[in-house]
Amino acid sequence: MNKMNMSVISNLKIVIGSLFSRGCLSVWQRNFDVWRKRYAASLTGNLGEPILFLIGMGFGLGKLVAPIEGLSYIEFIAPGLVCSATMYSASFECTFATYTKIAVQKTYDAIRVTPVSVEEITCGDILWGATKGMIAGGVFLFVMLCFGLVKSWFVLLLPFLMIILAITFASLAILFASKAPAYDFFSYYFTLVISPMFLFSGIFFPVEQFPAIVERLAWFTPLVHFIDISRGLVLGDVGMWMFADLAWIVVFALIILSMAISGVKQRVVT
Amino acid sequence: MSPNKTKQKKPSIVKATALTKFYGDKKVVKSLDFCVKEGECFGFLGPNGAGKTTTLGMVYCFTPPTSGTIMVCGKEVGEDDREIKKLIGVAPQDDSLDPELSIIENLIAYARYFNIPKKTAALRAGELLDFMQLAERSTDRVMTLSGGMKRRLVIARALINRPELIILDEPTTGLDPQARHVIWDKLNKLKKEGATLLLTTHYMEEAYNLCDRLVIMDKGSFVAEGSPDGLIKKHLENEVVEIISRGGVNFDINKLLEGLEYRYETSGDREYLYADDGDPLVRKLLDLGAVEVLHRKATLEDLFLRLTGRELDE
Repeated sequence: MNKMNMSVISNLKIVIGSLFSRGCLSVWQRNFDVWRKRYAASLTGNLGEPILFLIGMGFGLGKLVAPIEGLSYIEFIAPGLVCSATMYSASFECTFATYTKIAVQKTYDAIRVTPVSVEEITCGDILWGATKGMIAGGVFLFVMLCFGLVKSWFVLLLPFLMIILAITFASLAILFASKAPAYDFFSYYFTLVISPMFLFSGIFFPVEQFPAIVERLAWFTPLVHFIDISRGLVLGDVGMWMFADLAWIVVFALIILSMAISGVKQRVVT
Repeated sequence: MSPNKTKQKKPSIVKATALTKFYGDKKVVKSLDFCVKEGECFGFLGPNGAGKTTTLGMVYCFTPPTSGTIMVCGKEVGEDDREIKKLIGVAPQDDSLDPELSIIENLIAYARYFNIPKKTAALRAGELLDFMQLAERSTDRVMTLSGGMKRRLVIARALINRPELIILDEPTTGLDPQARHVIWDKLNKLKKEGATLLLTTHYMEEAYNLCDRLVIMDKGSFVAEGSPDGLIKKHLENEVVEIISRGGVNFDINKLLEGLEYRYETSGDREYLYADDGDPLVRKLLDLGAVEVLHRKATLEDLFLRLTGRELDE
């Protein structure tokens, strides 16, 4: 047991150390330089999606839906959608783009012959995926503000939640990318992991709608907790219960992050 | 220029002992010992699949050895990888450039991995692009470059940290002769400036032009080791007489050349006669009339084929 504790601690040290290293930063910078070449297209997508979603789901479908927990439908779904926008953007970056860097362009191999370690390369890529998630989430939040959907100053804490959310899903995506034999493999990931979370984590209707057993199961998926906290912060419904969600999230994020790093290591160092 | 200069013991930049690599059950590198001295160009010559790239990968801390030790620039691989990587420059076989970035951006991004300050990086990148004759293209995207230019850029990239050891994995494979000669020219210039080079190749001409010392590798082992000329002298006769065509003449080669000294090999339709003096053999053969022969000096290629076999082994 003691031995296991030690290895968990030394593992955490490597993860945290790599996350805050210069090598990690230089990999992030490389990704940023590439993105800068086409930022306009990327930002257009980030801005267009939330507006379409809010108009379509909120004003369109929302007209037919009775108020949920005293909220109009658009008010109910917006705090969840800001999370899913972040999740999707980080997930796309760290599946398709990361796979390209590992298996096609050999970017990981090129950097691996320099003093930057595999752990640092992976963390740099995760931080970049998280940055893309933050950009998408940030734009969404801005649109929510414009639509008058933010009800509380507690929303100022939301970006911190989004950072953890973005890192979590960037890590989970890289973990999958490290196992992927081809691009097609990501259909499994999006169909079996990301889409179910998007639909059943309480964005569009309360999780309590489900039978108790399903509700229990939902507790084990990460997005539910992010959405709970997000809704609390946006609507000003805060309390100690948030810390339970937060603890769950942080533990999950650290586990997935360290699994992603060892997954990539297994893939590229042979 | 003191005559003793070459006799002085130069320090080893690379020293490998009992270096071994398994992939699964397959032993691809079989207990190799070798060392590379400061200022020399050392080559691994061998057919595809001989284990050259794997061996090289173990030297630059890319492929972990299954057993054995390697010291690079006085530090042990597996212990001090980050320190070693600061001191070496690697030009891998794959084109691993960033296709979306420009030439100069590729070099600057790479310099950042070595913590080289931006100003210094820009300065060095400019010098390297001049040296590699890429300066006019510096703001072009990498995807617009020819194969030869890309390879020159990969080599320029490997020099950005002013390495003590330059490692090149098949630096000219897949390039046309012009592009290949430009790269040889650049590498020879680096050699003259005192650089230590370690490279793999399956081009005899490349090994002959660049290497001070080389090993011939086959199926994970060394089959010969020495200077290019020394190796030919040691393992081969001076000259080769190739019978290109018998021209329809029927003869028994043993009877025809009875009493002369030669060694006979055949591959496909061609026949090879190795001898220290080929003239008497040629005379006898030409006396037959229609026979076509080629008389030439023995080359590294003859040696390579002799040691690694003339048949495809796949």
